[in-house]
Amino acid sequence: MSAAAMRAGGRVRSSTRLGRRLARPGLWFSLPALALFALFFAYPLFASLLQSFFTTKGGVSRPVGAANYVRLTEDPLVAQSLVNALIILVVQVPLMIVLALGIAYVLNQSWLRWRTGFRLAYFLPAVTTLVAYSVVFRVMLATDGGLVNQLLGVVGVPPVDWLNNEVWAKVALIASITWRWTGYNMVIILAGLQAIPAEQYEAARVDGAGRWATFSQVVVPQLRAVLVFTTVTSTIGALQLFDENFILTGGGPNNATLTPVLYLYKVAFRQFDFGYANAIAWLLVVIITIASALQFWFTRDRDARPRKAVR
Amino acid sequence: MKRLGLVAAYAALALGAVVSLLPFWWMAIASTHTTSELFATPLPWLPGPQLLENLARLEQSTEFARVMLNSLGIAVVYTIFSTLVSAMAGYGLAKFRFRGRGVLLGLVLLTMMIPMQVLLVPLFQMMASIGWIDSYQAVILPFLANAFGIFLMRQAFLDFPDSLVEASRIDGAGELRTFYRVVLPVALPQLAALVIYTFMSQWNAFIWPLLMLNTETSYTVPLALNRMIGLTHVDYSGLMLGSLLATLPLLLVFLFFQKQFIAGLLGGAVKG
Repeated sequence: MSAAAMRAGGRVRSSTRLGRRLARPGLWFSLPALALFALFFAYPLFASLLQSFFTTKGGVSRPVGAANYVRLTEDPLVAQSLVNALIILVVQVPLMIVLALGIAYVLNQSWLRWRTGFRLAYFLPAVTTLVAYSVVFRVMLATDGGLVNQLLGVVGVPPVDWLNNEVWAKVALIASITWRWTGYNMVIILAGLQAIPAEQYEAARVDGAGRWATFSQVVVPQLRAVLVFTTVTSTIGALQLFDENFILTGGGPNNATLTPVLYLYKVAFRQFDFGYANAIAWLLVVIITIASALQFWFTRDRDARPRKAVR
Repeated sequence: MKRLGLVAAYAALALGAVVSLLPFWWMAIASTHTTSELFATPLPWLPGPQLLENLARLEQSTEFARVMLNSLGIAVVYTIFSTLVSAMAGYGLAKFRFRGRGVLLGLVLLTMMIPMQVLLVPLFQMMASIGWIDSYQAVILPFLANAFGIFLMRQAFLDFPDSLVEASRIDGAGELRTFYRVVLPVALPQLAALVIYTFMSQWNAFIWPLLMLNTETSYTVPLALNRMIGLTHVDYSGLMLGSLLATLPLLLVFLFFQKQFIAGLLGGAVKG
């Protein structure tokens, strides 16, 4: 990206003559976006920060200083939602990225037959609507007679209470997200693989490198930027998890799948405690900013750019 | 030995592909059976005769046709305006120097970093105070300006030669005319990718419509599905059919526009 950014800078500079003459049209073209951002982004962002220092219980708003933030540190549900998110992302993200990398690598081999068919099959889950696939998984994971338990029964595994057991509910959530997003990440990694010049494989072969050595010492280092990108966007996605656990478990059982965004939703729109909900939101902002900053740090000088997770 | 490894590789790949595709197959099959058949042993693996009954029941209980139209209408209107706003701002940022350029660039960068959930409460209050709750404009308007779209279009226009813009002006075309007759057609591939990305994100949208819409006839598809799983007697086969119908438009778009679909989904993730 850095090369393209430099090129971009050059272009803008080279267009200053045009730019000077048409100074106002630029503003006109950008005005809708500017107005929308001001009204629906900058203002609410500021309002949310301000309101996090107020309490709005009972319909009247009064300042409470940092009380909402103190409450964050004392609220067991905040701690639990963060721990849940951490467990989910520590297990799910590496699992998914390793799977996606492995599948992409195999699907990039020229000797493989039916490559297009395999790619299509693995990518198709990324084409589903989030709520719809969560609904389907909820039905498939039903304890009595659900598809998954029936298949397990065929190989002699007794029925698992997927959505009502604190451990299995997390497993179910992780499995669902992995199903939905592995193919998506595979396609990103595949694009990265195809950007590796063939000479590099040739050079490795001439040097007598085996298959594993080629993979770990030629392919993976070349994919560094892509792997950091997929890891960070997946991490941010996991931190913002809402649709899947809202549909699958509603955050249960016993808050075992409560995530920060789901908790924020409950505090704001079930308890109508807006001030406190905004404090939770800003905790999320801080955490996600740290995750984004880590991406900048890992990819400084490298060929990747920050982008909001698609989820 | 090598042959054995090859067989194992194909077997593992095939197993993964089956896991990937099984929920699709099940969703389609389940839509054609009664609810009790979905949990019976053995499970049905082939299409049954219940599709039309399920469809009729789904339509009766949730007005699903109306709900699909709501989703489609919202997604289409959102896509048209959001793409237009992105293309205009992207053009402005790529080709002009003007007051406010830095502000817009800063906002674009900031919206990429800040999670949208932080806006939920204040936006909800804003919509409540102007009486827009339960209206489509409340669903569509707040997220029309899209940082990713602006970024993508700016990249697309950066490579567009200034000389062509100049030539169009010399020919006497106005700024707007130059924009949509000369500049916009060149960015058609990126526009197509952005249209698909934008449509998909709105079709998927859940939390914001959930906060805004509370009349069942104005629901979008995800909201209707969410309501169905909350009922005391869940109509599971209807639910599976609803999920299938929710997925079908995206599947069709994907099959017909694979290249643009993937470009839109990947966005700026990988160059080229």
